[in-house]
Amino acid sequence: MNTNMAVCIAVIAKENYPLYIRSVPTQNELKFHYTVHTSLDVVEEKISAVGKALGDQRELYLGLLYPTEDYKMFRKLHNSFTDVMCNPFHNPGDTIQSKAFDGIVSGMMVQTA
Amino acid sequence: MRKKIFFNNNIPLPPLELLHFFFFALFTSLYTSLAQQLPREPMEWRRTYGRAPKMILLEANFVQFKEELLPKEGNKALLTFPFLHIYWTDCCDTEMYKSSVKEDMMRWQNSLRTHGSSDWVIIVVETNDTKKKNKTNILPRSSIVDKIRSDFCNKQSDRCVVLSDPLKDSSRSQESWNSLLLKLRTLLLMSFTKNLGRFEDEMRTLREKRTQPGWSFCEYFMVQEELAFVFEMLQQFEDALVQYDELDALFTQYVLNFGAGDTANWLGSFCAPVRNWSGLLLRRPIDMEKRDSIQRGEASLLDLRSYLFSRQCTLLIFLQRPWEVTQRALELLHNCVQELRLLEVQVLEGALDCWVFLSCLEVLHRIEGCCDPAQLAANCSHTVGLWAAAHTGTVLQSPYKKLKEALSSVEAFERHYLELSHAAMEMYQAIGRLRSARLVGKSLAEFYMRKGDPERAETFLQEALKSYVSEGWSLPVTHTRRQVAECQKLLSKTEDYLQTSALLAGDVNLTTDERKHFCQEILSFTGKSGDQSHKVTLSMGVFAQLTQLKFHPAAASVHSGAVLQVELTLRCLMPVSVRIQQLVASIHFEVDHGGTHGRSKGAQRRTHPGTVVFRQSNSSAGPPSSAGAGPSLELDEIQDRSPSDNSLNSTGVICKNTHLLMRRHDSNSPPDTPNCISPPTVGIKEGAQMLKVQDVTLEPGNNSITFTAPPGTYTLRQLCATVGEVQFILPHIYPSAQYEVYSQEPQLTVEPLSEPLLAGLPQKVKFTLLTGHYTVKKGDALQLSNTETMPILPSTKLVGESTLSIQSSEKVTSISLPPAPPYHTLEFQLEVLCIIPSGADRPANERLTNGEVRHRPRSYSHPDTPMTAIDQRMSIDCPWSIYSTLLALTFYIPFKTKHSLLSAGNRQYIQVCVQNVSDVNFALAEVKLTEKQHASLELQSLNTKTQQLLCCKHSVFCLWEVRWKDDLPSCLQCVFSANFSPLSQDISAYKPFHYQFQLERVTTLYSVKAEIFPPAGEQRCRSGVLCGLEVCITRLTEPAEGEIAEDSKTETDGPKTTKLMYEVADSSSNWAVCGKSSGMVLMPMTANATHKVQIEVMPLFAGHLPFPKIKVLKYLPHTAAVAIQPDPDSCVENDSLSLLDKTLDDQGDTASIRSRGSVHSVGSGDQQQKGVAMPRLEPFSPGQVFNHSHACQVLVLPATDDHIMEVNAT
Repeated sequence: MNTNMAVCIAVIAKENYPLYIRSVPTQNELKFHYTVHTSLDVVEEKISAVGKALGDQRELYLGLLYPTEDYKMFRKLHNSFTDVMCNPFHNPGDTIQSKAFDGIVSGMMVQTA
Repeated sequence: MRKKIFFNNNIPLPPLELLHFFFFALFTSLYTSLAQQLPREPMEWRRTYGRAPKMILLEANFVQFKEELLPKEGNKALLTFPFLHIYWTDCCDTEMYKSSVKEDMMRWQNSLRTHGSSDWVIIVVETNDTKKKNKTNILPRSSIVDKIRSDFCNKQSDRCVVLSDPLKDSSRSQESWNSLLLKLRTLLLMSFTKNLGRFEDEMRTLREKRTQPGWSFCEYFMVQEELAFVFEMLQQFEDALVQYDELDALFTQYVLNFGAGDTANWLGSFCAPVRNWSGLLLRRPIDMEKRDSIQRGEASLLDLRSYLFSRQCTLLIFLQRPWEVTQRALELLHNCVQELRLLEVQVLEGALDCWVFLSCLEVLHRIEGCCDPAQLAANCSHTVGLWAAAHTGTVLQSPYKKLKEALSSVEAFERHYLELSHAAMEMYQAIGRLRSARLVGKSLAEFYMRKGDPERAETFLQEALKSYVSEGWSLPVTHTRRQVAECQKLLSKTEDYLQTSALLAGDVNLTTDERKHFCQEILSFTGKSGDQSHKVTLSMGVFAQLTQLKFHPAAASVHSGAVLQVELTLRCLMPVSVRIQQLVASIHFEVDHGGTHGRSKGAQRRTHPGTVVFRQSNSSAGPPSSAGAGPSLELDEIQDRSPSDNSLNSTGVICKNTHLLMRRHDSNSPPDTPNCISPPTVGIKEGAQMLKVQDVTLEPGNNSITFTAPPGTYTLRQLCATVGEVQFILPHIYPSAQYEVYSQEPQLTVEPLSEPLLAGLPQKVKFTLLTGHYTVKKGDALQLSNTETMPILPSTKLVGESTLSIQSSEKVTSISLPPAPPYHTLEFQLEVLCIIPSGADRPANERLTNGEVRHRPRSYSHPDTPMTAIDQRMSIDCPWSIYSTLLALTFYIPFKTKHSLLSAGNRQYIQVCVQNVSDVNFALAEVKLTEKQHASLELQSLNTKTQQLLCCKHSVFCLWEVRWKDDLPSCLQCVFSANFSPLSQDISAYKPFHYQFQLERVTTLYSVKAEIFPPAGEQRCRSGVLCGLEVCITRLTEPAEGEIAEDSKTETDGPKTTKLMYEVADSSSNWAVCGKSSGMVLMPMTANATHKVQIEVMPLFAGHLPFPKIKVLKYLPHTAAVAIQPDPDSCVENDSLSLLDKTLDDQGDTASIRSRGSVHSVGSGDQQQKGVAMPRLEPFSPGQVFNHSHACQVLVLPATDDHIMEVNAT
């Protein structure tokens, strides 16, 4: 069992609505939604802190919200997200329905046999 | 706790009691000051492994040397380690040194060597007293020191230090004291660094052995903690903290590995069931109790974690980073729970919650203890997490009876719980973590619900719901909304509950059964009979969405006879089909575009005419479209035109939906979205006109509903569906949809079939009749008033299938129309001919048959074309109106005609020039010139061709010689006529063209003859030599009646005379006129009267020079009234007059011209000119003066001076 596996992955639009959210196991979905939504508080704080301190530095990774996350996971997810955004048929702001993205997310999630 | 450095002293026993005593006294005093002064100055501590050097203060503890205190092999204790051994001696006697001191030193050195300690120093104390007392047998001091150095300090001379007179206050003793201190610090630090390095190396070795069986984390913990202690004592808290953090990380790694299946034996002791959950203890710097349990290897996981954290906490507070404590505390709490789970430790139910709760409070307490309240408030973002954790810690289904914290009763628990929750919420709100605050609020709501207090619960739930809705989190929205529904049901808030139920019924996150349940809730309410007064109004959006509106036909604009249908597409969100008693769309009458224009502005502007697609505001799933993007801009172009000439004053863009776009951003829920929490207050407008359908069943999904629109211009405003007692209302239909059912007046227009319409030729024009609301009956006819200037030709063509018959009487032309239905178009063509006005005659105003003053078509020049334009108006009486319809057509005259009189001696010629200014090529035939009044006059044509081509932009000149028998009349009325036709057509198409003009003063009155005589004695003229110019003016005719009258009224006696002005001017600078160039001549008014003038002129060039120009003008004395009043009409044609004017202006320098010029500058009208009593010059009409020598030339020879050659190339 790999401890770096995720249980919930969400991509949030800058208006704070979920572009993509998926979690395993599914029976806890609601709880994860609440958790992700609440964590936006911390994300907002981090963003405003980054904005103040670093100006226009292009570091996208905000760091860990809790010490269980993994940087590589972010890179992988972000690359896939970039691919989705580059799709000319994707309308930015719409929820993500890409199969490729789904696949990447599945690969990062805990496998529930 | 301070650092101890073992400062071992071997004190030799001196033989003398006194000395012995003295030495102890000395040492005691030295020891105190040494211990004090050693840490006064910092030393630079250079460290291994590339760590940055630091300045540290060294503190030492002095202990008497005992052999047992020396560290044994394998002793890891760093704290009790003797770092430097000092041998004190005040021996100054060589004998004594040799006898006892040396031996003692040897023994000391040996014991050091056997324990592997090389850090020592020998201090020789010397005092004046000792010197004095033992003067005789004292060797020089140096020799003792030298001896010691040679005996012990092999190559290390710095291991022996002299301290002179430490108790004296002399500069010398001070100096030696300072150097001793420095020496001690250096050596101490050297030893410390060396031993610390060794310790670290050993520690690392031990750590590397951790994979070996039997390795114990607790043992290692003690070793590394020793290092941490040392750093802490050196006040290197950062380094100390690093040690604990490393231990923390190591332990964490082991637990994670354990979770991954990699078990270490020593972890077994940490897997013991949790029996103690007393929480963190942070008040003491070192929790010795827990430390001991670790040392004994009996610590539980919570013990270890608690101890480790308490140490980290202490160091962090030393480092003045209390906020890190709170942050780490949160991580710790999360971690411990995780680790206990990973290690599968048995935990009593609730024990962990207690531990978390107590720990949170302990951390908060500790932090509050070390910070002032202002700091705390400013940094509550750091503590809030703990408050929240304390709150969640207690709520995790813990049977609160078991809580140790005096939560003995339900009431007490509630009190504590609410207190904590509110504290957490307030703090979250204070630091802007609103989402977290709402989540806490939600769990509070759940608590209230369990307590049976839905009222309070609803407030929190609504708050949270608002946040989820505005940020588009569908799952939390659904969940929270269901809780809200429960509250509302309990509170019997019927409307709110139905609204929420409707939202939930359309919520795709719920199962179909759940949705059906909520739908049923609504339907069962609507089914309740009785109680008519209570009608519930709900927002349409929760029930169904208006997705599309379609007009049939698409233009959304029909005349009153036709049918306009409005088709609505409603997407029903309910899980089952719902029967609606009535669906109503209220419409609003638009006054602005009153119904008669027949042009719909609203609908035609759209990109998809007739179809309005409404924005999809999602119900609960997906991104909040209204909050995110907002409504799109609706822009319109506006043009401000001048009312008089329709020219554009300004143009711009206006936004039509500012009221939606400029909404304040802080208003949380957009009013239109179905997500709104409270039902809309807007009801359906009373008394408005409505489109209605009855008894519709809406199936889940899209439904199409069709209305038929009543006449008028209306905007659709609201939509209302009635289901029993419930009304679903869409308060605004946006974007607005407008339709028009209009009534239109008949319209008659006329336009040319081809541009431009040419006057003088038959031209086709098209009449268009839009019947509008009028039905054309059999026998209806248009009555056109006939005009002379534009007859209607009988060759009318019919358009379409029906026939038109035309009957012309004297005054009107009647066109009978075929029967036609309303809103129908009739078209027909008429051929008309606009007569070209011939020019001079101007008949009196006529009146048309209908009594209107006939508007004489007046020609004018048009800026776009060189052709002269004529506006022709038609007056038509139509059967649908008592008023005549006036229509205008503009024709263009294709020709421009000019005439001129030419004379040669007594002979007179008339020239007519016809210029084709149109774009058509014409053939011109039968050119004729006739004189109206004088029958005796003969106009002999000099034109040879009978037919001539007149291409566009070309001119044709025609010439006639005037012959007469008796007298030539002074005034001729001429008519030029010709036939013309476009080139493409045959002879029959020729149309006449007339041009009338009048010629006056055609008789030649004077002839002027000039001669140039060479100078006397010369054959030829020579350039530069004066020669004579003789001008001979001869009167040719007897004066006519008019001439006498106009010329000389005052001089009634004697022969009639007239005054002439002559003028010699050479415009080409060939001649220089010497002396007078102009003069006045008194001419008798009899035939053959002659006057000669001699003038001297000088040719300026050689060659055939043209004669200088001689002009003769009428000289009118100042008394004479102005005779000639030029006819304003003839002015247009009589170009020759203006030409003469021009030549007059060209001339240079005569006084009379100047005076004339001055008159011009002053005068502004004829009246004024008459009043001024000044002599005037007046030119003769063309033909009145004949110049014989016009265009004559004379040969001029070059000047005698041959050296100058002039070439004149003109």
